[in-house]
Amino acid sequence: MGETLSAVDVEDIIDTMAGELAQEMKRKKRVDPLMIGVHTGGLWVAEKLHRKLGLKKPLGEIDISFYRDDFSRIGLNPQVKPSQIPCEVEGENIILVDDVLYTGRTSRAALNEIFDYGRPDSVTLAVLVDRGERELPLHADIVGLKLDLSPEKQVKLTGPAPLVLETNRN
Amino acid sequence: MSSSKQPASTSFKAPDSSRLQLDEQGRLRHFLTVESLSKDILTEIMDVAESFSSVGHQAVKKVPVLRGKTIVNLFFENSTRTRTTFDLAAKRLSADVINLNIATSATSKGESILDTIRNLEAMHADMFVVRHSDSGAAHFIANNVEPHVSVINAGDGSHAHPTQAMLDMFTIRQVKKDFSNLNVAIIGDILHSRVARSQIQALNTLGVKDIRVIAPRTLLPSDVGSLGAHAYGDLRQGLDNVDVIIMLRLQRERMGSALLPSEHEYFECFGLTEEKLAYAKPDVTVMHPGPINRGVEMDAAVADGAHSVILQQVTNGIAVRMAVMTLTLGHSKVAG
Repeated sequence: MGETLSAVDVEDIIDTMAGELAQEMKRKKRVDPLMIGVHTGGLWVAEKLHRKLGLKKPLGEIDISFYRDDFSRIGLNPQVKPSQIPCEVEGENIILVDDVLYTGRTSRAALNEIFDYGRPDSVTLAVLVDRGERELPLHADIVGLKLDLSPEKQVKLTGPAPLVLETNRN
Repeated sequence: MSSSKQPASTSFKAPDSSRLQLDEQGRLRHFLTVESLSKDILTEIMDVAESFSSVGHQAVKKVPVLRGKTIVNLFFENSTRTRTTFDLAAKRLSADVINLNIATSATSKGESILDTIRNLEAMHADMFVVRHSDSGAAHFIANNVEPHVSVINAGDGSHAHPTQAMLDMFTIRQVKKDFSNLNVAIIGDILHSRVARSQIQALNTLGVKDIRVIAPRTLLPSDVGSLGAHAYGDLRQGLDNVDVIIMLRLQRERMGSALLPSEHEYFECFGLTEEKLAYAKPDVTVMHPGPINRGVEMDAAVADGAHSVILQQVTNGIAVRMAVMTLTLGHSKVAG
């Protein structure tokens, strides 16, 4: 059973993220970005960010199951969903959104998948939670909440309405 | 290499498919027949195929999921379309593919099938895609491979052609969304067709309302009821209120035998024309596994018309084969 992070209001965090993201994109002169959410939790966060930022390009969604690095160990995730990227990736400024950044393997897989659609001008990574303990040299540009969790603990976003962060032990 | 020659006419032992193609957890390990597979597994294949459909739209039409795997297409019987789509499916999964046309290769030099398999396993093959003119050939190979190797049946004799059936089911689901209210008619040489057998099994498992087979009496099995389908000798009656028409390719080599009248006569009675299409529902979908004998099974106007999804079937064939390859290799034991 999950334990709700009671002091945390996910909506508030996403509000703050939206503000920071707008500033970051402006500072780097990255206009009219294409936002892509990672199934499933990342897509929930992306839907909210996309609306709050009023982005013009439709939201994209990717499922990284075919790009995971552990297929030969655990096989295919049977809940795999189709990826839908609504416009050309070539030359675009991408905002990649995920719920939890941990080892970095999901973000690695997502980047590889995006590049199979084309060569973007830039990718900005926004995550709801950064729980540290990276296994790959990746960082997020926008972080909603930093958590310092021991490795045996898990953090999970449940949703889509309401969005709630839960922690539990493995 | 051994001299134990496998005579061309060998019929392999009647297969016990159900246990062979599932692992201890009930997941797909080989894909030999749709017979005895649950609705859940057939649905899983279609769901995963749906996810693979987007790969064809990528600039780089590849996903790395089977990177480093070696897939061997073992075609003991000729095929262009099926082999091409298996080949393309494996390449889109980033696997390495070898195409062996055995009719002109080792077995004609006296090497037995098992010796061929052992040699390919010694080269660290991970999957065999098998087409053979003898029923049970893929089962025979699946019974004899190492634990980490998966076998996919790409058509064996008049027994089964499960990936063709599943790409047809996937196409029907795309067009009609739901199976439960459908009347589906299969037209052609039901007696000799492995495609029809697999289709009927899949349609029954997926809960289609009414399955009909339409053919001259000489091309229907004597026990047609046991197939789980209703037989019609008259095209007009058979097509009444039908949602989906699946045409089978008429094997021209059977033409002129005692089983069949002339091409002309067959077309008169069972060939699909726009006029005859009107007997079915207005939104009827027309399918054909290809290649079409235009003017024998159907008019060009029907094959290229608004009701036809024949090219969609070809595209779907790649996604469905990608799904089956990924599911079976994902569930096979990792090589030690």
